[in-house]
Amino acid sequence: MTSKLTGLSEAVALIPDRATVSFGGFTTQRHPMAFVYELIRQGRKDLYLFGHSPGGDWDILIGAGCVKRVELAYEADEAFGTVGPRWRMAVERGEIEWEDYSNFTMVLRFAAGAMGLPFMPTRSLLGSDLLGQQGLSEAQRLADPRTAASKFHAMNSPFDPRDRVVLVPAIHTDFAVIHVQKAAPSGIVRIEGQTFADVLQALSAETVIVTAEEIVEDSVLRQEPERNLLPFFAVKHVCHVPFGSHPYAVFNCYDYDPRQLKTYHDSASNDTAFRAYLDRFVYCVRSHEEYLEAVGGSQRLTSLRAEAPYGYSANLRRRRLE
Amino acid sequence: MMADARYTLAELMAVSAAREIMDGETVFAGTGLPMLGVMLAQLTHAPNCCIIFEAGTMGSQLAHLPMSVGDPRSLRGAAMAAGLFEVFSYVLQAGRVDVGFLSGAQVDRFGNINSTSIGPDPRHPAVRFSGSGGACDIACLAKRTIIIAKHERRRFPDKVDYITSPGWMEGGDSRARAGLIRGGPSVVVTTMGVMRFHPGTRAIYLASYHPGLSPREVAENTGFALDVEGATETPRPSDEELRILREQVDPERVFLN
Repeated sequence: MTSKLTGLSEAVALIPDRATVSFGGFTTQRHPMAFVYELIRQGRKDLYLFGHSPGGDWDILIGAGCVKRVELAYEADEAFGTVGPRWRMAVERGEIEWEDYSNFTMVLRFAAGAMGLPFMPTRSLLGSDLLGQQGLSEAQRLADPRTAASKFHAMNSPFDPRDRVVLVPAIHTDFAVIHVQKAAPSGIVRIEGQTFADVLQALSAETVIVTAEEIVEDSVLRQEPERNLLPFFAVKHVCHVPFGSHPYAVFNCYDYDPRQLKTYHDSASNDTAFRAYLDRFVYCVRSHEEYLEAVGGSQRLTSLRAEAPYGYSANLRRRRLE
Repeated sequence: MMADARYTLAELMAVSAAREIMDGETVFAGTGLPMLGVMLAQLTHAPNCCIIFEAGTMGSQLAHLPMSVGDPRSLRGAAMAAGLFEVFSYVLQAGRVDVGFLSGAQVDRFGNINSTSIGPDPRHPAVRFSGSGGACDIACLAKRTIIIAKHERRRFPDKVDYITSPGWMEGGDSRARAGLIRGGPSVVVTTMGVMRFHPGTRAIYLASYHPGLSPREVAENTGFALDVEGATETPRPSDEELRILREQVDPERVFLN
């Protein structure tokens, strides 16, 4: 079979300005961070991002000025930072366009896109201001085909008028980028632990780019096909990127890096300190390998390694760091 | 303000939250105090409660406290690992979640919650927060919810600036009239007391005030007229609950401060 192996910077270069993109992962796990840093280094502009619960992947892209519009449910690192600092500032300063949904309804929107349907119904959102308020105006929506013509449509079921449902519009992105534990050069993908919504996000995208901790032979992944999650023909590019989600965790590979997350959150709520963070960890490193050196190199990374039987670093210190 | 130096406010709140969970229930956990509550409940009076995290794990038997619902720690002892679609569709929307935890920046007298933004116009907010995450879904679709909140006057306004998570809406049967087929908040555990909702009007009332406080002090720190009639003192944590909380649930004191 043809190999889809691609270098990281070559894969990143495929994404043009103003592209619609979704990234895999959930708050503190499995975001394709090496890919995100390279997008910033390459100076990408005006991206349209779609997600449920992103974390620092979106926050640093927003802070670096790469993002025009987002549709989301949540933007934070949970207990490491209860709101994304650059997200918060971008909204409060009027520097970003956004639309609020919930996690379930964003996932249903990806599911509709993945199934080739125009929308999905749900019983969620009723009575909330996610229905009552709009982040984007009708004019903003109609002027840009990247955004659905309306936020939602509430209706009674045609089968039982007492049943109230909300229809949410499908998402079709130009790109989905997911970071996984194992992939084969053919595009067979294995995700261990929680799958989040990576599969639906990938299948609602025109082009799927997979970054993987480990590249495994095709025949090895074919021995247990029930553990593989994406049709290989839907994947266009596979990049080998060990520690590609740092500072976030990858189950069975490594834990999140509390020290790096603290450095980020200590820096990101101040413009000057954030700029210094970008310089030190993004602009002044030329590659992912240099980034890994900048965050502490092999000594630091070894301390984050996942241990059996847990799949994370059981004795990792997470509070009261020096 | 604590009357008893044996425990901290976070410990009292975690124990109060844990006591709301019954054995055998399916519980949707969130980050922070809710995680302390479910883990404590599972290790004490509710060993058969099923802990679910919206990022995709079901039936966790936690060995180490997760710091996020996407934490690999949530997979420990889990009966199943899947994704958000499975958890939200088949478990939550289909009516299989007994109780979910919610929190936010503002809570009003009918238990509506705001975790989106402060200010009259959400498109030009004074302060922006993380947003709903799964909170709106849990508020709409769990059989009941437990709300955790910091008790300050500005955090308990008459009306929230933005309803991220619908509670009892405007009281009475307004929740059902909005089309919501089940659920609603059952309790609000705060830094000052425990509040519940009147069965008919669905308005909030003070059920108990934490040791060291008076009902009047709680009412003074609430932005609407709070019914404190019949409120009693919040039961204190037992030695056994405190021991498990400190030694097994959160020995690193991630949230217990």
